[in-house]
Amino acid sequence: MGLQAAFEHERSGLSRNDFGVHALDTWIGRVAGVESLPFPPAFADIDCRNNRLAWLGLQADGFIDLAMAARQRYGADRIAVILGTSTSSIGATEQAYRECDADGSFRADLSSPVLHTPHSLGVFVQRVLGLRGPCVTVATACSSSAKVFAQAERLLRLGLADAAIVGGVDTLCGSVLFGFNSLALVASEPCRPFDIARNGISIGEAAGFALLERGHGSLELIGYGESSDAHHMSTPHPEGLGAERALDDALARAGIDCSTIDYINLHGTASEKNDEVEASLIARRFGAHTHASSTKGYTGHTLGAAGIVEASIALMALETGIRPGTVNTTVLDPRCGPQIRMRTERAPVTRALSNSFGFGGNNCVLVFARGDAQ
Amino acid sequence: MNQHRIYVDGLACWSPQTPDWPSTRAALRGEAALLDPPARRPAPELLAPTERRRAPDTVAIALEVASRAVAQSGRSATELPSVFTSAHGDLAINDYMCSTLVAEPAAISPTRFHNSVHNAAAGYWTIGTGCMQASTALTAYLHSFAHGLLEAASQCIADQRSILLVAYDIAAQGPLGSVTTSRGMLAVAMVLAPERSAQSIGRLDWQLKPSSDTPPGPASAAAQALAINAIADCLPLLEAIAHEPDFALELPLGESLVLQLEWKTCNEPD
Repeated sequence: MGLQAAFEHERSGLSRNDFGVHALDTWIGRVAGVESLPFPPAFADIDCRNNRLAWLGLQADGFIDLAMAARQRYGADRIAVILGTSTSSIGATEQAYRECDADGSFRADLSSPVLHTPHSLGVFVQRVLGLRGPCVTVATACSSSAKVFAQAERLLRLGLADAAIVGGVDTLCGSVLFGFNSLALVASEPCRPFDIARNGISIGEAAGFALLERGHGSLELIGYGESSDAHHMSTPHPEGLGAERALDDALARAGIDCSTIDYINLHGTASEKNDEVEASLIARRFGAHTHASSTKGYTGHTLGAAGIVEASIALMALETGIRPGTVNTTVLDPRCGPQIRMRTERAPVTRALSNSFGFGGNNCVLVFARGDAQ
Repeated sequence: MNQHRIYVDGLACWSPQTPDWPSTRAALRGEAALLDPPARRPAPELLAPTERRRAPDTVAIALEVASRAVAQSGRSATELPSVFTSAHGDLAINDYMCSTLVAEPAAISPTRFHNSVHNAAAGYWTIGTGCMQASTALTAYLHSFAHGLLEAASQCIADQRSILLVAYDIAAQGPLGSVTTSRGMLAVAMVLAPERSAQSIGRLDWQLKPSSDTPPGPASAAAQALAINAIADCLPLLEAIAHEPDFALELPLGESLVLQLEWKTCNEPD
């Protein structure tokens, strides 16, 4: 089921965890059949779950055709590739450790050095699209593929590229499932963002891409804000000061105030602390007319891909007027203001925000608008 | 192509054989031997004592050069956004995570997990200095320094603000070392500014240029010794700064694109 239909039917895409050798008791957002997808043989040296999902994402919604048309228009040298990920191809490194030779070296078919480095994502996407501009992978945990929009905007503004392929890919792997489990952040049930009884995240996987060009279009990035919490590696600032700073930076760059925002896609992980801090921030800054929701009950927390997934949902809201609700949630935390909605609604959206907050206190807020609103 | 101009207001370098910029410069000029025995890992003084002991090597060396470059620039760390770049991030933690997942997945340490993120050094820098400015963490594999410099220089020009650039890598450990060739430890930091100040060391004019030529690698014996590390693409720039008051240099950003640099030492008015 596509995202739009999932929102209309209010149907979560989470399923009981069946990933890996030792499956934790949790729910996940798993993309079915990634293992058995056809993968371009020329890239066998960097064949891994993450690049397979990248390949699937590039083929979705005609994106490859858009990218090829841009290459034709601007030239391969003038298109940047800026992608976000948290763990990239680490799943391949995990597999190589499981299947090590007796002498502790990697199996021959898992021995390409570039397979075991996080830029394997950028390398694959740039090569498969035949591009030759700047190519970099952003890895700021769960804000990664939001920050790619900011980095791309700067390159375009300075004339260092004429277009940018931005996006992000993150895939299920032992590191994130057992890592978040070690922090007691993983729920044993489908995640319930902003619910009074929420008890942790559901991890998901996703790939998403966008083509950015300079100038005006039907959908526009009109602002971005980036900041640091300066507080803790894995717990948000208790008053949300870092998140608020990113919000203020984004609004200032867009030249608008909170009252003009129709829809907010929240970070809303369903962790105790994130939702507490984010609910308070939204309640104190936005009016009741703003519809805010977390879509992580639909997709799971796709970590380094969450930025692009949720930017896409904000863009979908601008295009279609579908304002997703917060699925799985039944009783909202009393900290939530009237902005945070459980049900999907339909009403025109002119400006939309997307919040992404990552480990290390790394925050990014994006502001998008319909081109006809500017 | 557009050419842009920035200034370098702070420069720091650390490796076990050259544990500061003066010793790195002397070694790159062939005027001093590499330190033997090598220096021990620096203590990240910015962090609380418990965090200092447990800090990964990447965090320790990144915070060391960041602190020194910012001190030299005469600026407060709290006012500087930052770009952290590393080919691999903390390879020792990758080895720990992957081997623990084989042996006993439920025994993963929560601290080592949150330290495994590529932006751990950036996170600890902002926590240690109380800096709430934007911070990012990048990788471009063997072109990570050049891409970090490009992003920091772009932010410097786009927002007309000074910015901190920190680049580092460490050695691969365990089975990962059978494929990942990074060895030793190397870190470099720069503070970049949009305007010249009393602290400016050099002026850097930069632009992108398509080019498939392979620029010459580092020439000195010292640079070749340090080039065992995955952030070695910083060495041609460091070597040129060590040797020449003015120079032009191309840093590869990939197979067919370079960051073209022209450096002029700031010892006289522009």
